[in-house]
Amino acid sequence: MNNVKDEYILSMENITKIYGNGFMANKNVNLRVKKGEIHALIGENGAGKSTLMKVLFGQEQPEEGKIIYKGKEVKITNPLVALDHGIGMVHQHFMLAPSLTVAENMVLGIEPKNKGFFDYAEAVRLTSEVSKKYNLPIDPNAKVKDLPVGYKQRVEILKILLRGVDVLILDEPTAVLTPQETDELFVQLRELRKQGYTIIFISHKLKEVKSLCDNLTVLRNGRVTGIASVADLSEQDISRLMVGRDVSLTIEKDSPKTKKTVLKVRNLTYKNSDNKALVSNVSFSIREGEILGIAGVEGNGQREISALITGLEEKQSGDIYLFDEEISSQSIRKLREKGVSHISEDRMTFGTVADASVEENLISDRFYKKEFNKNGLLDAKKIADLSNKLIKEYLVKCDSKNAEIKTLSGGNIQKVVAAREFSANPKLIIANQPTRGIDVGASEFIRKKLISLRDKGSAVLLISADLTEVITVSDSLLVMNEGKIVAYFDDTNDLTEETVGEYMLGIKHQTAEEIGGCCYE
Amino acid sequence: MNKVIKIENQFRVIRVALSIAIALAIAFLIISFVSNDPLFTMYNFIIGPFTSINRIGNIIEVMTPLLFTAVGVCIMYSANQINMASEGAFFLGGVATAYIAVTYSIPAGLHPVVAILAGGIVGAFICGIPALMYVKFKALPVVSSLMINYVCLYLGLFIINYIIRDPEAGYMASYKFIKTAVLPDLFSRTNVHFGLIIGLAIVFIGYLYLMKSKWGYSIRMIGKNPNFAKYSGINVPAVIIGCQLLGGFIAGIGGAVEQLGMYTRFQYQKLPGHGFDGVMIAILARYNPKYVPLAAFFLAYIRVGADVMARTSDVPVEIVSIIQAVIIIFVASERFLEGWKLKKIVKSTKEAFVEEEDNAVKEA
Repeated sequence: MNNVKDEYILSMENITKIYGNGFMANKNVNLRVKKGEIHALIGENGAGKSTLMKVLFGQEQPEEGKIIYKGKEVKITNPLVALDHGIGMVHQHFMLAPSLTVAENMVLGIEPKNKGFFDYAEAVRLTSEVSKKYNLPIDPNAKVKDLPVGYKQRVEILKILLRGVDVLILDEPTAVLTPQETDELFVQLRELRKQGYTIIFISHKLKEVKSLCDNLTVLRNGRVTGIASVADLSEQDISRLMVGRDVSLTIEKDSPKTKKTVLKVRNLTYKNSDNKALVSNVSFSIREGEILGIAGVEGNGQREISALITGLEEKQSGDIYLFDEEISSQSIRKLREKGVSHISEDRMTFGTVADASVEENLISDRFYKKEFNKNGLLDAKKIADLSNKLIKEYLVKCDSKNAEIKTLSGGNIQKVVAAREFSANPKLIIANQPTRGIDVGASEFIRKKLISLRDKGSAVLLISADLTEVITVSDSLLVMNEGKIVAYFDDTNDLTEETVGEYMLGIKHQTAEEIGGCCYE
Repeated sequence: MNKVIKIENQFRVIRVALSIAIALAIAFLIISFVSNDPLFTMYNFIIGPFTSINRIGNIIEVMTPLLFTAVGVCIMYSANQINMASEGAFFLGGVATAYIAVTYSIPAGLHPVVAILAGGIVGAFICGIPALMYVKFKALPVVSSLMINYVCLYLGLFIINYIIRDPEAGYMASYKFIKTAVLPDLFSRTNVHFGLIIGLAIVFIGYLYLMKSKWGYSIRMIGKNPNFAKYSGINVPAVIIGCQLLGGFIAGIGGAVEQLGMYTRFQYQKLPGHGFDGVMIAILARYNPKYVPLAAFFLAYIRVGADVMARTSDVPVEIVSIIQAVIIIFVASERFLEGWKLKKIVKSTKEAFVEEEDNAVKEA
């Protein structure tokens, strides 16, 4: 009996977590992790992985259940307690101060002091020491904001190693990495495993789990649906446990039938307040019946391009034409009336109002039109008809059209956004990260809708950090790095993720002529 | 999830009810310390306002101006514009009306209309200034609007005391309003005047406008998420300015109606506080004009109650301020009763979960 207990460095037992909006994120979840293993915690977005880890790291308190760590029951009331116990977490979104140096970030909260003053030299020494010890080279004096994403992540990992942890939680660490950076991270993680560290690796990418992890726990809808050794399961098996049914990982579509040019972007440049060019000299065109993808690590100018085309940001230089008409000085309402639809990458900031009903969210782009008004008031019946129709057609799971958006799951919120944007009879759809953070079912639904709209003649700009998605859904593809277009592929059929990854990283670069293939009148 | 919405709605009601109960309890506590005959004092405070037609009339009179300022605040605050200038708008709107009521002779039916519109326009202008300053210079309306109230006060006093002052009044006040401008009383034996009808009409129209029209929709969406409104194509700056012009307009009308209904000459020498009361009532009504009459009535009732109490017993009228403060603090505290609410939500979710499990077992 004792032996079995010793085998697990950490076990979470019967964890139940209910949020204040009544959402039950974890239902009697068990997680047992052996010392020195890389344990995969997998599941779709919204399955409860992050919640479970927040409970372990002390950011959330469970309603039921207990945590047994190194043979003793522990109460983890906040992240500092977790760190004291030796449990550290690298969040999906980095918790670093961008304007400080690596060394300053490393010692945040445990600053070395000399006569009461911050001892920067000592911070640098500590950083170099820990970096050497784990063979993760880094420049202690570099400013974090100047580092590439892979290195920022390395700082996060070193930061928790410096605090002397035994268990590392990595929350979707590869989400922001290129394939090459991912490979490098895996080398580092295997090295850490060799040194005896225990790692909990959260992911929904099956390939990565297969190549890296020893054991896995699968979550679906807040429940554990599988505990197994990775070697015993095929990718198909795992995906069935995750989704509850077989999913086709490919997408069927006909070759595009392109017609008139819809959107022309010419020499678009956009600088931020630091005078740094976030978008530099970008030109491309999209035709009716075509999906043009933009691949790239997030934060390489994609957000700005979609904001400029849709009128959310004011243009600085360059031209944007919709059917040969310069549109960059027009109001957002005018653009929408001309057939520009926009799925924003941030559905809670731009795409929806959390405190408003599904119905109120569905009509925001058309409520003022004659057809929805009667006698000076909104025509409640017509609006209700429209809402009910859209909820049905887009399979939005909600109590009713009057349910507040914040009571819906991420996937259903995104379906509300898609329902509004796709039902506006769009000529041009700017879809920025349309499936980010939503479940496989909803993602599949939205991708299929995009393709069917393209078949009906809409022009689509698909911006996505999900390489598989952007390659399979798009007809042609641009790759962006540091605000510039670095590659253009007019056909995505034979394209591999590795090839695209090299351009994303800036290792390879096409000639101006090759890239110019994406500009036509 | 439906259950959660139900629980949240329940708690909104519980919170208001409990806040009022706590406030009254505190008031009673204080009364029993201060008063020699606490039971009699409390009787006068609670029942007193309903013991004569005259006193019931008082409640309605006190309530009438609050209807206007509260609806105005509902509209401005629904766009999340914390504009406090309805106080100044109410005051200066009254001054403008007084000016028209004492200087121009206009035929009977038209005179109050012109005078009230003048008050509204001045009010709109007053609340529009902080709105414009926010849109143009990002100056926070909370600060600028509070400052503007003082400008209104002293500008108004200047007009009253130097331009339309009646030297024969015996105190600082304007000339008497010309008869044609005055609003008629509705009932004999009370001072309840035609302004009540106008006020209730404003409540009704304000409700339709804010909750049922496309303009109200724009205002509410901006209040809940301005980024979303902009992204959807709503002209955010225009709506932000527009709704404050409208809020000020209504407050200004309120000031006008109050002058023409309750007074024979303009005699305020300080800000009357009705604009600030409007903020309090709007918060109690959760920015929905539908609930404004109820909230305004309640406030008017405890005011009159305190007044009756002060006149008939040995406890001063200031007790009301304590009650008001306590109610507002609790109602405005988002987290008040949050733990209890969370427990109920957790419990109901767990029950639903168990039920779901049972059903699943049965099906299997």
